[in-house]
Amino acid sequence: MITPKNLDEALTLLADRAAGWKPCAGGTDLMVLFEAGKLNHTKFVNIAALTELHGIEERSDAIEIKALTTYTDILKHATIQREFPSLVTAAALTGAVAIQNRGTIGGNIVNASPAADSPPALLAYDAQVELISVKGVRRLAYADFHKGYKQMDLQPGELLKSVLLPRTHAELHHYYRKVGTRRAQAISKVCFCGVVEREDRIKNIRIALGSVAPIPLRARRTETFLIGKQLSSKIIDEAKKIIDQEISPIDDIRSTAKYRRRVTQNLLEEFLCGTGSTN
Amino acid sequence: MPKQIITCTINGQSQRLDAHPMSRLLDVLREHGLTGTKEGCGEGECGACSIFFNGRVVNSCLVPALQAEGATMTTIEGIANGEQLHAVQEAFLKYGGAQCGICTPGMIMAAVALLKEKPNPTEADIREGLAGNLCRCTGYMKIFESVMRVFKGKGTDLEETCPHK
Repeated sequence: MITPKNLDEALTLLADRAAGWKPCAGGTDLMVLFEAGKLNHTKFVNIAALTELHGIEERSDAIEIKALTTYTDILKHATIQREFPSLVTAAALTGAVAIQNRGTIGGNIVNASPAADSPPALLAYDAQVELISVKGVRRLAYADFHKGYKQMDLQPGELLKSVLLPRTHAELHHYYRKVGTRRAQAISKVCFCGVVEREDRIKNIRIALGSVAPIPLRARRTETFLIGKQLSSKIIDEAKKIIDQEISPIDDIRSTAKYRRRVTQNLLEEFLCGTGSTN
Repeated sequence: MPKQIITCTINGQSQRLDAHPMSRLLDVLREHGLTGTKEGCGEGECGACSIFFNGRVVNSCLVPALQAEGATMTTIEGIANGEQLHAVQEAFLKYGGAQCGICTPGMIMAAVALLKEKPNPTEADIREGLAGNLCRCTGYMKIFESVMRVFKGKGTDLEETCPHK
C-alpha cells in the first residue's frame, strides 16, 4: 500500500493497468476480504486522506457528497437530515458506530453489494454519480451504474468522485425500511426505500430495493404503473403483483426467495398506505 | 512489501511503529505491547478491537497500518488518567460490567465515545452506542447498567433508574 500526495497522483497510479493498483478507502469491506485471502491483488493506493474526495457541498440544485464521506458525516449533516432523511436512516442502519466512522459512501457503492444499505436510498433520491480518471470526469445516473452482480459502469483507473442528490421543493413522503435478522448489525434480507409526491393522485414516485436482485434495484415498472393513480386496495394489490415480477430474489444464507417476495410486497403496501415510519 | 516506519501518536506519546503497510492496526498495536486491545471476530462485527482513531471510535482490525501515519490514537491503556480510572472504568468495576474481559476494552471505548457525544444518553442511545460490541458472558444488562450508572450517578438506586433491573 502506498499513500499518494494528491488526487492526481492517485489517478496516475490507478491509470497504469499493468501495475495493478487498486484503491482502498475506509477498509471496512476490503480489509475483511484481504485478511481472509480472498483478494487476488495486494497493491493498494491509500486514498483515505485525499482531501479532494472529502466533504459535502450544498448547491442550489443538488447536494454533492464526495466519495470519502463517512456514514457518520452523513448522519450529522443538517441539510441531508432535512431533505434526504432516508439516506440518514440508511447510514444509521449500516453496521454500528465504529463502522459508520470509517465506512464511506463511495465504498458502499463500488463494493457493489446488492445488500448494501445506502444504494436504495440513493436510487430513490434519483442520485447521479461522478467518476474521475486521468481522462477527466464523467457523470451518469446512479440507476445506470450497476450492471449486474458486482458489475459496474466503472472503467479501470476510474474512481468514484462524488454522489449528487438533486434537491426539490416538492412535498415528499419518505420511507426507508431494512428488514434483517436483528435491528442492529444485520445485513438486510430486504431493504426498501420509497419517495412519493402525492396530491389527490400520485404525482411522482420512486421505489428502490436492496437484497432482492443481483443489483440495487429501481422498481421502474411499479413506479410507471402507480404514477397518476389514486390509491385503492385494488391498485395496491396490482402494484404488489408488478413489483413481484420486477424482483428476482434468491435463497441464500440470510433468507429465502419466498420470504423476500412476501416482505417486498408488504413493504410496498406499508409505503403506499403511508403508515410506516422511516425505520 | 517491506516494513516501513509509521509515525503516529498513541495515548499522548509520539511513536514510531515498524510495520507492513497492510498489517492490521490491531496486530501492530498488540505487537507494540498494547495488548489491552483485543481481537474477537477480525471482521468488524464484534468491537473488541475498538480504539479511538483521530477522535472517533473505530475497529482497529479493519485499519491498514499505513493509514495510521500521522494519526492520533487512544487505546484502552490511555483511557485512565494515570492511576485515576475513567468514570466508565469505575462503573464497569463496581457494577459488574466485566466478566471474562475480552469484550471489556471495546465496550469501554464504545461507552466513552457515546458519553463524549451524548453526556445524557437515553436508554436507546446506550443500546445504539453499544450495538457494535458483542459480549458472550454477561447477557449485556450488567454492561448496560454500568453505562447508565456513569451519568445517573453512583448514589442512586438502580431499581429507580433502570426499569430492566
